[in-house]
Amino acid sequence: MNTIAISIKGVSYQYPEQESIALNNVSLDVYKGEWLAIVGHNGSGKSTLAKMLNGLHYPSEGTVMIGGYALNEENVWAIREKLGMVFQNPDNQFVGTTVQDDVAFGLENNGVEHGVMEERVYASLEKVGMTAFLNQEPHHLSGGQKQRVAIAGVIALRPDIILLDEATSMLDPLGREEVMDTVRELNEKEGLTVISITHDLEEAAKADRVIVLNEGRLYTEGTPQNIFQLDRELLNLGLGVPFAVQMSQLLTDAGLHLSQRHFNEEELVSELWTLNFER
Amino acid sequence: MMEKIIFGRYLPSDSVVHQMDPRAKLLFIFAFVGIVFLANNVMTYALIGAFTFLIVFLSKVKLRFLIGGLKPVLLLVLFTFFLHVFFTKEGDILTQFGLLTIYKGGVIKGIFISLRFLLLILVTSLLTLTTPPISVTDGIESLFGPLKKIKVPVHELALMMSISLRFIPTLLDETDKIMKAQRARGADFSSGSISNRVKAIIPLLIPLFVSAFKRAEELAVAMEARGYKGGEGRTKYRILRWSMRDTMAMVFLVVLSAALFILRSY
Repeated sequence: MNTIAISIKGVSYQYPEQESIALNNVSLDVYKGEWLAIVGHNGSGKSTLAKMLNGLHYPSEGTVMIGGYALNEENVWAIREKLGMVFQNPDNQFVGTTVQDDVAFGLENNGVEHGVMEERVYASLEKVGMTAFLNQEPHHLSGGQKQRVAIAGVIALRPDIILLDEATSMLDPLGREEVMDTVRELNEKEGLTVISITHDLEEAAKADRVIVLNEGRLYTEGTPQNIFQLDRELLNLGLGVPFAVQMSQLLTDAGLHLSQRHFNEEELVSELWTLNFER
Repeated sequence: MMEKIIFGRYLPSDSVVHQMDPRAKLLFIFAFVGIVFLANNVMTYALIGAFTFLIVFLSKVKLRFLIGGLKPVLLLVLFTFFLHVFFTKEGDILTQFGLLTIYKGGVIKGIFISLRFLLLILVTSLLTLTTPPISVTDGIESLFGPLKKIKVPVHELALMMSISLRFIPTLLDETDKIMKAQRARGADFSSGSISNRVKAIIPLLIPLFVSAFKRAEELAVAMEARGYKGGEGRTKYRILRWSMRDTMAMVFLVVLSAALFILRSY
């Protein structure tokens, strides 16, 4: 569990022609096989960090090591094979005219042979449960389905790490769940390292570890449990604590004995209605 | 109205024509455009006409559907016909009303030229009806491949074509959304003078352009993140397969042009 997949040391970044510093001396490690959530409100530097991990920006200061490669212009293509990225807008990352063409796009770019390509396209679509849509055109798919295709396109390249840059923020609740379930399965079954960059704390609650960024700096780090304990502090950072967490806090304050602080509503509800069964 | 226009539409089916290699179909059409001009008398027109209907039959596209979809173009054909009827002064005089004199040569020429026009339209619309746009793009990329040697960016052009095709429905959806949004703010697209209607389109086009550029930028980033670095060292997922059927079509075409050549001088 504790092999380091990505190591970021003292990284700073400033956008050209801008005064504020987007990332200010950030250091963190990402471990192999974990699910890490990086949260922060707009302008906290989380998107800059995401782009940096894929070599779309290079650090002004400090070093980034990904899967044994130092991030620089020479290694960037090797790094992009190790780390796949899913973006926010489902439409604007769909390159192919059909589902299978889109999944194959990354493989084509890397010069994978045709026979292997066909196998991998099918296998990746199977992993995200989209094989029935092989020949569908993007405008016939829902947002959640498009994001699952984007995930399939990423895993077809067999990366070690998948980076979700606000990948669920444009989806409806159902699509969000669809995508998160797919990611969880990949994380558990395939041992894929997941980094999810989000401002949605409910999504962050699913992670093993949460890192909070604020104004370009690393604010705090911990398990979702620890992070949600910060409560007020999070609100001050512009991050809303999920409803279920707030509710269980209030119920505990009111003298109800709950087994834990719940992250999702379903768990909370089922504890509430079974609370008095043992009496 | 829009449903009836068939130009550029694809009708999925499993006919022989559908299964042909897009390259064969493209070559066929390039050649056909030339061959049509070989026809110069009743025999040759009958032959090439019969040949066209054979292809339509093989493609399993319903003739009624085809004619229905070509209605707007048929008007143009009719226009060409009358242009020739009225303005060609050859052969015997058929009838005369007032200033207008109709010659036999004019009628014949009118029929031949509009027939030629019609055949060309039929065959080219069959191409798009029986070939998915992406296959047409693949076919073009492959056929023009040799031009890469003289630095023509064939791969880039083909990719641009396929991305444009992929984004047409997305942008249409977006236009619809913006239109609704502007209507909700009181914009009126469907009444008033022509100049007012044209002006009403501006608040539709500007947001559409802005968002299209934004999309393009995001797409470029996503493509780079997925390892796109130009056509060099790239493999293809879609493979074109030239089969016996395609060779046969080419042979058929040669036989047809030979027959036309011989019948021409009768």
